[in-house]
Amino acid sequence: MTSGDEQRRRLRGKNVAVGLALLALVVLFYLITMVKMGGI
Amino acid sequence: MARALSKSRLDTLPGRTAGQSELVDYWRLLKPNVMQLVVFTGGVGLFIAPGSLHPLLAFVAILCIAVGAGASAAINNAYDIDIDRVMVRTRLRPTASGRISPADALATGITLAIGAVTVMGLAVNWLAGTLLALTIAFYVLVYTLWLKRRTPQNIVIGGAAGAFPPMIGWAAVTGRIELMPILLFLIVFFWTPPHFWALALYRRKDYADVGVPMLPVVAGPDATRRHIFGYSLLLAVISLLPTLVGTSGWLYLAAAAALSGMLVQGAWRVLRTASDREAMRLFKFSIVYLFGLFLALVLDHAVQLWLLP
Repeated sequence: MTSGDEQRRRLRGKNVAVGLALLALVVLFYLITMVKMGGI
Repeated sequence: MARALSKSRLDTLPGRTAGQSELVDYWRLLKPNVMQLVVFTGGVGLFIAPGSLHPLLAFVAILCIAVGAGASAAINNAYDIDIDRVMVRTRLRPTASGRISPADALATGITLAIGAVTVMGLAVNWLAGTLLALTIAFYVLVYTLWLKRRTPQNIVIGGAAGAFPPMIGWAAVTGRIELMPILLFLIVFFWTPPHFWALALYRRKDYADVGVPMLPVVAGPDATRRHIFGYSLLLAVISLLPTLVGTSGWLYLAAAAALSGMLVQGAWRVLRTASDREAMRLFKFSIVYLFGLFLALVLDHAVQLWLLP
């Protein structure tokens, strides 16, 4: 594996992590809204 | 010695590009070990506070405290990169070893800090959000940027930042600051100097090499040992206050008396033997001490809640 491939792998890993973190935040904000509105 | 974290400094400091850092480096940037203690003490403040909080909001409060602590650590890592590179204990940190650039660390820290305070304020309450913002600001501005490189009282005053989490946890539930969270604040506040000075005794050459005026460097090991013993005595008395003022029960008092007795004994050994190994032992025990004390608060509260009529 070349250093370019390695760098791309690391960047892809970080992008996936940021994507998952954003998705988790969306779910968390949805749940917080439900709780605040008294729905849960 | 202290200097502003200017853009030119961020640009000139060597560091690999963001593409060469691993995800785990960003996790380490947040100093997860420190985060554990902060989450634990914050969680205890939340658990023993009177009243109730929806479990999801309690989780959010703890998460915000953790993220806020991580944000402070990231900013601290960005600023202290010059001394972290030299000190044995810190030279493998992601910023010091060049895996994360100071600019990336700073951006990560600021983003997480704003996010944690905003979510805490909106989802839980603004007293908890304000206390969290104050904690982060205190750690970054007062401790890291102002005191750390200027005075041997750095960790005495700066220790306030680590003492706020139980108060934040309490405020998350009650929306108020009362006597008990102030006592919890005082316990962590007076625990911090003997904890860090014990480490600084062991690592004093490291601190001297980078010019950080920790007490053993400025006043010498003997004066530091006397300070450690004095603060340990003071902490022992303060640790008993939650029961003496009637906010905790006898279970906590027994645990606090036993743990504090061991702490004072350890500090006495450090004073009498003048041994760096004893100082390291005291440093390790001080972590057990704080965990034990706060665990005792939880157990005591649980007993009062569920077992007593």
